[in-house]
Amino acid sequence: MSAHEESGPRDRMIHPDVAKAGDESERGQDGRRLDHAEATTRPIGAEPKAKAVREAQPRGAKIRGNRPIDQAEAAERFLAAPLHQKAHDERLWDLRKKRDTAAFGIPEWEELRDLASQIKAHTLSNLDRYLEEFEANAKANGVHVHWAADGAEHNRIVHGILKDHGAKSLIKSKSMLTEECGFRHYMAGTGIEVIETDLGERIQQLDNEEPSHVVVPAVHKTRFDVAAVFAKTMGTDPENDDAHYLAESQRMHTRPLILEADAGMTGCNFAIAETGTVVTCTNEGNADLSGNVPKLQIHSIGIEKLIPRIEHLGVFLRLLARSALGSPITQYTSHFRAPREGSEMHYVLVDNGRSERLGMEEFWTSLKCIRCGACMNTCPVYRRSGGLSYGATYSGPIGLIIDPTFNKRKYSTLPFSSTMNGSCTNVCPVKINIHEQIFAWRKVLAEEHQIPLLKQGMMKAAGQVLSRPATYRAAIGAADSALRALPRFAVYNPLNTWGKGREMPDSPRQSFHSWYKQNRMDKKPETDA
Amino acid sequence: MRIGLFVPCYVDAFEPEVGIATLELLERFGLDVAYPFDQTCCGQPMTNTGCHAEAAATEALFVRNFAPFDYIVAPSGSCVHQVREHLTAIPQTDEVKDVRAKTFELVEFLHDVLKVDAFPWAEFPHKVGYHSNCNALRGIHHARPSELNKPAYSKPLDLLSKVKGIEIVTPARPDECCGFGGTFSVFEPAVSAKMGYDKVSDHSRAGAEYVVSSDSSCMMHQKGCAARIGVPLKFIHIARILNGVSA
Amino acid sequence: MNSRDDTLARIRKNRPAGDHPLPDIPDFEPLVGDDLVAEFGERLKRMGGRIAAPAPGEDPFSAVRERLDDSAVIASAVPEIAGNRDLSRVALPADLADVDVAVVRAVFGVAETGSVLFTQDELKVNAVAYLAQHLVVLLDPADILVNIQAAYRRPDFGRAAYAVLHTGPSATADIEGVLIHGAQGVRSLTVILLPRA
Repeated sequence: MSAHEESGPRDRMIHPDVAKAGDESERGQDGRRLDHAEATTRPIGAEPKAKAVREAQPRGAKIRGNRPIDQAEAAERFLAAPLHQKAHDERLWDLRKKRDTAAFGIPEWEELRDLASQIKAHTLSNLDRYLEEFEANAKANGVHVHWAADGAEHNRIVHGILKDHGAKSLIKSKSMLTEECGFRHYMAGTGIEVIETDLGERIQQLDNEEPSHVVVPAVHKTRFDVAAVFAKTMGTDPENDDAHYLAESQRMHTRPLILEADAGMTGCNFAIAETGTVVTCTNEGNADLSGNVPKLQIHSIGIEKLIPRIEHLGVFLRLLARSALGSPITQYTSHFRAPREGSEMHYVLVDNGRSERLGMEEFWTSLKCIRCGACMNTCPVYRRSGGLSYGATYSGPIGLIIDPTFNKRKYSTLPFSSTMNGSCTNVCPVKINIHEQIFAWRKVLAEEHQIPLLKQGMMKAAGQVLSRPATYRAAIGAADSALRALPRFAVYNPLNTWGKGREMPDSPRQSFHSWYKQNRMDKKPETDA
Repeated sequence: MRIGLFVPCYVDAFEPEVGIATLELLERFGLDVAYPFDQTCCGQPMTNTGCHAEAAATEALFVRNFAPFDYIVAPSGSCVHQVREHLTAIPQTDEVKDVRAKTFELVEFLHDVLKVDAFPWAEFPHKVGYHSNCNALRGIHHARPSELNKPAYSKPLDLLSKVKGIEIVTPARPDECCGFGGTFSVFEPAVSAKMGYDKVSDHSRAGAEYVVSSDSSCMMHQKGCAARIGVPLKFIHIARILNGVSA
Repeated sequence: MNSRDDTLARIRKNRPAGDHPLPDIPDFEPLVGDDLVAEFGERLKRMGGRIAAPAPGEDPFSAVRERLDDSAVIASAVPEIAGNRDLSRVALPADLADVDVAVVRAVFGVAETGSVLFTQDELKVNAVAYLAQHLVVLLDPADILVNIQAAYRRPDFGRAAYAVLHTGPSATADIEGVLIHGAQGVRSLTVILLPRA
C-alpha cells in the first residue's frame, strides 16, 4: 500500500498490521465469513474494472429553488447507470435479508415493535413533560442545554459555542439532524472547519454531496467513485480502488484532524428523560472519538428523540441494529450523561418543525422514526432510484412522509414516488403506517392543488367518464379496441409512457361486458341490469 | 346467496376470459351470480392519485350497482382493497359501509367464505410462480408478508395446492412489488418498468413457466415488461386455473 | 418568549389526541441458552471480536502475547498487566494516539449480543478505547448478563458520566459493503475471560 510508504508525521499513525484483504475483518476467529455492521453477506459490488467500462456516478435530483423535485427524472438517470443501480439494489436488498434473519431470530419481534411504537406514542403525547425532565436532569449533570426553534437557530447556537471557545475545527459523527439544519453549509462561511468522521459521511462531504441513505450515506457510490473522490481530495492513488486501501487512507487522513480538533459533535439516537443521557449507536466509534477527544462536546438532539427511561433502551436497542443492519447491536452503543473532568458538554434541542408536525392528525406518528433505514432498504423504488433522486434530506419511504412537512411545494411530488406496496410499514420497528401516510399525503396535496394541473385534470376527466356508464362504454368504443379501451389516465399522455418501457397489452376480440351481454343477457334478459 | 360480480376495468377490456372464469367458477358452487351491467370502476385511479373528490361520483355509482347483493366478488385484490379501505369520498351511510364490508376478492371469498376444499375439475401440470399483488398481500391479507415474524399462511397457495399437477416455484424476492402501482406505472415509467423487468427475471430464474396472480393489472404490466426484454414467461389469472382451464 | 418556551407551548397546543399509556415491558425469555460464556463468545465472534479463555495457571495473556510483544506502547488500566503508558498521567486524550494496545476490564458482558460495558472508571481516559490500535478486554465470566434487557436494569447507566457498550472492534462497510475493522477506532477487540482478582 502506498500509504505505508509515505513518510512524515502521519507515519506513526499507521499501524504495521494495517488491514489487508483476507485479514481479520473478513473472517472471524472461527474462520467463518463475517457480515456484521453494514457488511454484505456475500461480495456485492461493481464489476472489477477489467471487466467493466468505468461508469460515471449518476448525480441526484436537480434542485431549482422551491420548484417541485423531479424524482422520476433523477431516478431515470440512476437507472441509466446499470453498474451503480445493480450494486445499489443488491446491497440494500442484502441488508433487508439480513434484517429478516435477525428479526426472525427473536420470537417476540412483533411484540417489541408494538412496545416501541407505544412507548414513542406515549412520549410524543407527553413530550413537553419529558423534555422538561430531560433538561432538568441534564443541567443537574452539568450539561449546558440550548433550545433551537429551527435549523438556523441550531446553527447559530453551535457557531456561538464554538466561537466562545475559540474553536477552529470541529469533528463530528453522523447526524441526520445536522443535515436537516444545513449545518455544514452554514459553517462553510464561518472559518471553522467541520470534519465528518463517519467514513460514508466523510466520502459525501469530500464529494460535496448529501448523504443518500440515513445509515449508509455513500451506498449509491461504487468503490471506483470513492477512489476518484479520495484521489482528488486526499491525494490517494486514483488507480487503487481497494476498499481496504481507501478506508485506511481515510483513517490516516482523518486521525490527525481528530487529534487536533477543538470540539466534537454528535447526533443523538435516544435521549433519556430520567437520566438526561444522550445515546448514540455507531459502528466506527467516531461518536466516541468526537465526544471523548476534544475538550468541548456538543450533542444535537431532535426533540422527538426522547424516551422516558433507561429501561426502554432494552426495547429500542434490540430493534434498531437488527432493523438497520441485521446485527444484534451496533459495534458501539454510547451513553453520554455528564462532561468529563475539565471538559464542557452542550446539548442543543432542536424543534425545526417537529412540534408543528405533532399537531398533524394523520402524520404525527412519523415522529416515532428512529432512523434505522429499514424502510429504505426494503423499498423497491428507493433501491432503483438512489437516495439522492429525492432531492431532500430524508429519502425513501420515511422521506416521502416527512419531507413535505418541511416544504409542501418543493416536496409535493415525493409522495407519488411510491407504489404504496406497504413493505415499508411492515419493516418499520416503531410501526409507522408509512404507506398509509403516503396515501394520505397525496390527498392533502391534491386538495391543496400541489399536484400538477395536468394530473389533476386527467383525474377529473377520468372521474367524469367512470361515473357515467354510457359515456364510459362509448369512450372505450363499440369495437372494443384495446388501445381505446385503455383507461384514460394510461393513454391520455402525449409521451405514451406505458409503451416506452413495456409492450402494449394484447387486444381481445371482445370485452367481458359484451361477452356477458351476448352470452348471458340475451339468453336471460331478466338478469339484473 | 346473491353474488354481484365486479369485473374491474382492466379485466373487462384486456382479459375478459378472467371475468368469464370468475363467473363460471362461482356458478360451479351453485351460487346465483349477476353482473350489474352499469358498472365501471372502483375509483382507484383517482383515489390513488390523491384526487378523492374526483372519485366521488364513481364511488357512488359502485355503491348503487352493488348494494342489492349479499356479497360482491371481484377477481382483483387491488380493487377490493380500494373498496374496503379507501371508498371514502362519499358520505359513509349504512348502505356504503355495508357495500364496503361485503366486497370480497375472489381468493378470499373461496377460501374464507365458501371454504372450498377441492377443485376436482382443475388440473394445471406446470411450474408456476405466484405473484402477490401488494394490496392483496398487505392490504387484505392474502398471505403472511415476508417482513413479518408471524406464522406463515397463504390463501392463494392453499387454493392452488388443490389443483392437480401444479408445481409452485418461489422467486428469490417472493413478495417484492412488480412496479405496476396503478398510476405510478404511468407517472414514474422508468422505475416502474425496471421493477417489472426484475420481477419477471426473478420468476424466470426460479424456473417458472407461468406467473399466476389474483390481479390482472400487475400481470398486464409484467407481461409487457417480459415481452420487452424477451423473458419467455406466460401469465395467467388464478381464476382461470381454479376454473379448470387447460393449458 | 424564547425558543424553549415557544417549543413547549407548541407541543402543548399540538398534543396528539387519544390515550397513549406507557406500556409495561415484560420480561422476555432469553434468546440464549444456559451456557452464558459460550453464548457470549459465539456472538462476540460474529461481531468481529475475539475471545480467549486461558486455562488456570496459564499466561492469561497468551492469546495476545505476540501482539503485546510487538507493541511499543501499551496502556493498561488493569492490575493484571503493567503497561508502559500511565493512564493516570495523561494530560490530553490526544496524547494516547500512539498507543498500540490498551488493556481494560469490563464492568459486565452481555450474552445476547457479545457486548462488554465500560464506564469512565474502567477506561481512566475514555479516548484510550478508541485511539489505541488494539483493545484487550478482561471479563470475569461471572459478570456475563443474559441479555440487553438485563443490562439496562443495571445501575451503571444512571450513574456513569460515560458508559459504552463495545461489541467487537470499530467497523465500517461504507464502501461497497466490504467489511473493514478499524474504521476510526480499534482494529481488534479481544476479550480474555479472567476472573476478577
